[in-house]
Amino acid sequence: MRRFAILVVLLLMMQGLARAQGENQDNTDQRLKALEDRIVALEEEIRALKAERAAPPATETATQAATPAPPSEAPPPAPAPPPVTAAAAPPQAVEAPAGLVGPSATPLPVYGGASAAAKVLNPDIGVIGNFIGATGRNQINPFPALSLQESEVSLQAIVDPYARADFFLAIGEEGIEVEEGYVTFPALPGGFVAKVGRMRAMFGRVNSFHNHSLPWVDRPLVTFNLMGGSLEEADVGIKDSGVSVSRILPSVTGLFLEATGEVYRGDSGSLFQSSRRSDVSAVGRLRAYRDLTESTNLELGGSYARGHNDVGSAFRTQLFGVDATYRWRPLRRAIYQSFAARSELIWSRRDEISATQRGFGFFTSAEYRLNRRWTLGGRYDWSERARDAAQHDSGGSLVLTYWPSEFNQLRGQFRRTRYAEGQVANEFLFQFLFTLGAHGAHPF
Amino acid sequence: MKKLLTNWFGCGMALLALCCFTAPNASASKLRIVTSTTDLAEFAQQVGGDRVEVESIARGYQDPHFVEAKPSFLLKIRRADLLIVVGLQLEIGWLPPLITQCGNPNVQVGAKGYLDASQFAEILEIPTTTVTRAMGDVHPFGNPHYWLDPENGRRIAQGIKNKLAEMRPEDAAYFDQRFQDFSKRLTEAEKSWDAQMEPYRGRKVITYHRSWPNFLKRFGLISAGEIEPRPGIPPSPRHTVELIQLMRRENIKVILVEPYFDLKTPNSIARETGGQVVVMLPSVGGEKEVTDYFQLFNYDINLVVRAFQAAH
Repeated sequence: MRRFAILVVLLLMMQGLARAQGENQDNTDQRLKALEDRIVALEEEIRALKAERAAPPATETATQAATPAPPSEAPPPAPAPPPVTAAAAPPQAVEAPAGLVGPSATPLPVYGGASAAAKVLNPDIGVIGNFIGATGRNQINPFPALSLQESEVSLQAIVDPYARADFFLAIGEEGIEVEEGYVTFPALPGGFVAKVGRMRAMFGRVNSFHNHSLPWVDRPLVTFNLMGGSLEEADVGIKDSGVSVSRILPSVTGLFLEATGEVYRGDSGSLFQSSRRSDVSAVGRLRAYRDLTESTNLELGGSYARGHNDVGSAFRTQLFGVDATYRWRPLRRAIYQSFAARSELIWSRRDEISATQRGFGFFTSAEYRLNRRWTLGGRYDWSERARDAAQHDSGGSLVLTYWPSEFNQLRGQFRRTRYAEGQVANEFLFQFLFTLGAHGAHPF
Repeated sequence: MKKLLTNWFGCGMALLALCCFTAPNASASKLRIVTSTTDLAEFAQQVGGDRVEVESIARGYQDPHFVEAKPSFLLKIRRADLLIVVGLQLEIGWLPPLITQCGNPNVQVGAKGYLDASQFAEILEIPTTTVTRAMGDVHPFGNPHYWLDPENGRRIAQGIKNKLAEMRPEDAAYFDQRFQDFSKRLTEAEKSWDAQMEPYRGRKVITYHRSWPNFLKRFGLISAGEIEPRPGIPPSPRHTVELIQLMRRENIKVILVEPYFDLKTPNSIARETGGQVVVMLPSVGGEKEVTDYFQLFNYDINLVVRAFQAAH
């Protein structure tokens, strides 16, 4: 291979020289420059090939010995010391020290398999840091001044031909929690997709979002008030161990319909609490999606959840939700401009000892991408409280997000909340989000 | 209460089961192919002829890195017999959730109906050193814009042909004949493209993103730099100034830009350097008239040639 490459280089040079004689000096210089570039490229290739040969010697010989070697791969018995020329020698000399730094260049010690091959089957690993700060005054539900609210480690891989698994471990300041950890069976007969494990339930849109993929620093008031928010546990929503089955339903052309049914153990923050094994909670969701044009689309969803609450086994909490999302994103300028508006309405019926509390709340928000790096958004919140529907809180937020790159995000949010107690909190929240490792899918 | 719950679930499950049985049967005569990009759709169509039904997820004028995982795409993938992808992590931001959610066992990664076209092509820019994101959004397995070399086009078409023949052995001869025909037409077209580009061999150009290494290599052009300081990082003033100096120093006059990038920076660079901005199409369908692989090269080569001529 190397001989061949060198031959090519020489041929190119000769050809270049031959041609150059007939042309003027200027042209020759240009051509020589081009050729030089090509030689550099070829050297690069040679180096790459050498690295490839050097890296997995253990497995390659092993597999070649075990399986009948394919004829094209069988190396001629004399790869002997190739002729060292001026072009090939320097990279060889450079490579030894460079290899000490770059793990890809030299083979690492082998533990039960060649290094590269062993790593191939590791799950995709990613870490997302979510650092949040807050200033201003809030006596009802204060954020800490500065906190690394969450470091989310994601481990994702295909398990076998029938399943894949996703783990999201959220390391907060109090400890580690499995944010989500589930196995997905995407290849079930009948078009069913099943998930088993601990999951964020498919109730509405925002409940299934991880904190880092929200378009705001915080979660809307309505999820806090009606979906189990408490001062002890800031991370709200239905998040539990269970089984989820979903299927795309047949419908008219162009309309996407999907039904999801989920059963959980029945423990989810202060929303659901299971005191007996049979106190399971259930979530159902039907969503419809349609492309209005190639750049705009509309998604509507209806959700229902029920479970037993912390008053006792005989006391239930039911949630009904309606959500709508409208998106605009011109395909030719997708990375520069987009708009999304979403709203979720939630009704809660919570059995208490005295009576059933019927609470309602909603949020409406919109985001507009100004250019590749800046997005401006706003949100309005209004919600009654699940345990005392006579009291309601409301608030508004203005959000500005800046992306230095796809993996790094800075966000500021001005939030004004009017609490039922009569207090008004003006706060400024800011957030640094940074992503390491595997490139996760963009949330939609 | 427990009984109630069980009933409720029983109903739900029965409903879902019902849907299962009313689901459309997958015994149509045409092989249903879904591809991630229009170029792969083009190869599949060229080889598959009237025995296949091909649909692409991304449009030709769309940045294939940033397609959204819209549920409507699930409707396409759900019924597919074969899913052809570019691979090399080009679709990593949007295709994996679609594959997981579509409920179609045929097209799961590793299944018979999943085809990664990158295995057939010559891949450039495979990193030989440690890759970090300090280099920008680099593709650790090599440059995924590999279809822009006609030779790779031929190889991908051949790979697809073999796959189709494997899935529909009774039509193998038909696919083979269509592939031979495609290859022959490509050979003819290549002669004319090479002839058109011959005078400009060795010329340097600036590109917006690294979408063109295979194209440039094939036609003997050299990329002197990108408008993006690093892949996926938007242009910065400092880098732009450096680029302008480089273009002046080396007398580079041609800037290639993909249709989905903003023209503000390229245009201002062109004004400063007296250069030409060429909105090149990386994919079939990038413009209405670019309906197939041949048109794609005709279009791009015409633009490049005109830009080189104008630069003098």
